[in-house]
Amino acid sequence: MTEVLIPDLKVIVFQLNGKEYAVPVSQVKSIEKIMHITRVPHTNPFVKGVMNLRGVVTPLIDLRVRFGLEEQGYTESTRVIIVSVEDKEVGLIVDGANDVIDIPSSMVEPPPEIVGLSAEGFINGVANLDKRLLILIDLAKILDNADENAL
Amino acid sequence: MELNQYLEVFIEESKEHLQACNEQLLELEKNPQDLSIINEIFRSAHTLKGMSATMGYEDLAGLTHQMENVLDAIRNNRLVTTPEILDVIFMAVDHLEEMVHSIASGGDGKKDVTETVEKLKAIEKGEPLSSTAESEVAATAVMETAKQSTYDEFELTVLKQSMEQGFGVYEIEIGLRQDCLLKAARVYMVFEVLEKIGEVIKATPPVEQLEEEQFDEDFSVTIVSKESPEDIKGKIMKVSEVVKTIVRPLEFDEQNAEAVLDTAHNENEIESEPKPEVPAQSTGTDVPAATEKKSTGKQQGSNKTIRVNIERLDILMNLFEELVIDRGRLEQISKDMENSELTETVERMSRISGDLQNIILNMRMVQVETVFNRFPRMIRQLARDLNKKINLEIVGAETELDRTVIDEIGDPLVHLLRNSVDHGIESPEERRAKGKSEEGTVVLRAFHSGNHVFIEIEDDGAGISREKVLKKAISKGIVTEQAAAGFTDKQAYELILSSGFSTAEKISDISGRGVGLDVVKNTIESLGGTISIDSKENEGTIFSIQLPLTLSIISVMLVEIQKEKFAIPLSSIIETAIIKDSEIMNAHNQKVIDFRGKVVPLLFLKDLFEVPSVPSEDDFHSVIIVRKGDKMAGLIVDSFIGQQEVVLKSLGNYLTNVFAISGATILGDGQVALIVDCNALIK
Repeated sequence: MTEVLIPDLKVIVFQLNGKEYAVPVSQVKSIEKIMHITRVPHTNPFVKGVMNLRGVVTPLIDLRVRFGLEEQGYTESTRVIIVSVEDKEVGLIVDGANDVIDIPSSMVEPPPEIVGLSAEGFINGVANLDKRLLILIDLAKILDNADENAL
Repeated sequence: MELNQYLEVFIEESKEHLQACNEQLLELEKNPQDLSIINEIFRSAHTLKGMSATMGYEDLAGLTHQMENVLDAIRNNRLVTTPEILDVIFMAVDHLEEMVHSIASGGDGKKDVTETVEKLKAIEKGEPLSSTAESEVAATAVMETAKQSTYDEFELTVLKQSMEQGFGVYEIEIGLRQDCLLKAARVYMVFEVLEKIGEVIKATPPVEQLEEEQFDEDFSVTIVSKESPEDIKGKIMKVSEVVKTIVRPLEFDEQNAEAVLDTAHNENEIESEPKPEVPAQSTGTDVPAATEKKSTGKQQGSNKTIRVNIERLDILMNLFEELVIDRGRLEQISKDMENSELTETVERMSRISGDLQNIILNMRMVQVETVFNRFPRMIRQLARDLNKKINLEIVGAETELDRTVIDEIGDPLVHLLRNSVDHGIESPEERRAKGKSEEGTVVLRAFHSGNHVFIEIEDDGAGISREKVLKKAISKGIVTEQAAAGFTDKQAYELILSSGFSTAEKISDISGRGVGLDVVKNTIESLGGTISIDSKENEGTIFSIQLPLTLSIISVMLVEIQKEKFAIPLSSIIETAIIKDSEIMNAHNQKVIDFRGKVVPLLFLKDLFEVPSVPSEDDFHSVIIVRKGDKMAGLIVDSFIGQQEVVLKSLGNYLTNVFAISGATILGDGQVALIVDCNALIK
């Protein structure tokens, strides 16, 4: 994959259902605590609604639902990762996010061909770091097909 | 050379000059003898030439130069303006526009214009003089006007023309009492009198200085008027504290630097000094130095603006929107705290920010002229293509609209105008047969009313045939025959706005194919506006567009459904009511109520928006009656919170096309409330 060509990749690490995932820092605008969410009717189930992010109305996607995992109540450690892909800006609700690390490009491998892995189809690659397995997610795919399913 | 930083200015100004050329050319077409118009065009072209040469756009400069030569020839009476010449000039301006557009979009502004240049040259050579000789003539002409320094070229032409039209040109010297305290007020009163009897061409010192009281007791004004000198004098003397009025007719044949000053001692002088104690002091400032004379007051007024990048205004608006949100929050906090000092301060702040809001919104207002000004050319071209005679009248071009609306409204208007010209106005032969004048009239009118701006397009053409429209609509399956029978005329006309409709028997490339008018309707509705049609067969049609003044801050009614808050735009609310369970009736599985004699269908927002709820035992329901056009619906909510001004925000690019939600807003407590799109709820 193209990641091989990029020297060091700085990523934000977040937790979801006990696993660790990573998004490139370049696509992350901020990490927020969960705030009041306003539900938007007639949208995909994984669209939890919108929130007020310093004056900007930002849609929220619950990644658990998006990845087909079991939905859980929000806790103190629940975080919203604000990402921006092309002209879209959304918040991803994750179990927790607290780490920024550099991944040497040599550590990134293409996604394993294992069926049944959650987040299947949303993975860009996997990085193996000191026995930590980081799953690199493909934001463009996560934000894709929102329109066709919107109603 | 580092010219990039000037590029933007260059493009903006070029566009302005080209627009000026276009407008003046159209004027010229109406009054081919009017030299002042030629002068205006010449000036614009000349500036454009200079600018483009500096910026290194050779083709642009070359074409402008050639155009200038022709204009110069006309100006010096060596050529007579004919429609053919104008056509070529129009063509040249078109080419120039294309080049400027190409530069604006990052191109090099190059274009092969040799054909047009050749044509211009040919026109020019229709005269024995060669181009070099011409420029010499032009140079001497400039020299001549330079001598007549007291009035500039423009003023001179105006004065000369007025005289030709039988107006008298007078220079009036007015003296105020030495102890006059409110000189500016008196000046204002004098000008008011003068403007009633004629037109003020020039004032010395200039109007600006007069308004700022930068003069002693005397000033002079040049006016054109049909009144006699005695009458003018009498009227001015009625203004209190005016002690001296001298009215002198101006002669033009002897007009040169000396002549104007000389007229001060002209025999025709009518002098009166009713209060003899003052005049001694006034003589010192009698005739101000001619060199101080400047252009007319009208031109000065336009200088008091600055160019601001629209982006900055948008940023300002965004910042202000955040302030509005915080204002809402502060208001809520102060209400909860019940501290009188806090409440007072917050109230004051609210009032100030209200004023600020008005100013910022006003700053974003743009005159519709910016959209309208391209239409005369378009109509001219259309009329030629279709062999029709059409006169476009523009009324109220100074009406202001929010920039966001301005940006969107252009295309719909183009469509409607094309429609009027193509389908509305008949061919000259047809018009003659109907006993109308051959020339059709299209009126484009803009005006303010309340919180809305109306734009109307009226033509005196064939009108809409109700029968034809209904027949067509039925055949296309847009309406059923039964429904059609019950339609009012207006409803029938509005069918032409529905998609898949085209009544023109012959499809032309000007308008038609029926894709147009429903797009127009959609665009206008997406701007929060409405469009209606009125028509009389053989007398004409009026398309009337109603638009909101601004799009970014709107008044809404906040309502609550369970724990969720929704905002309903006040513009679509007719009224609110509380109804009892027993008042709800059933008609075809649709719950309805009888509201003031009308059957209004009910919509339970709770169900519509799938609000998670516990069934309530309440016998009473809060209902908001909303409308879309003539149709109404009742929205059932749990409770009303109140009316509020909110900032309209979009849901972003991720959530698009959410059913019945037009956007969101942020409330005083920082929460997001969704704005209900009533148009989507009523079909």
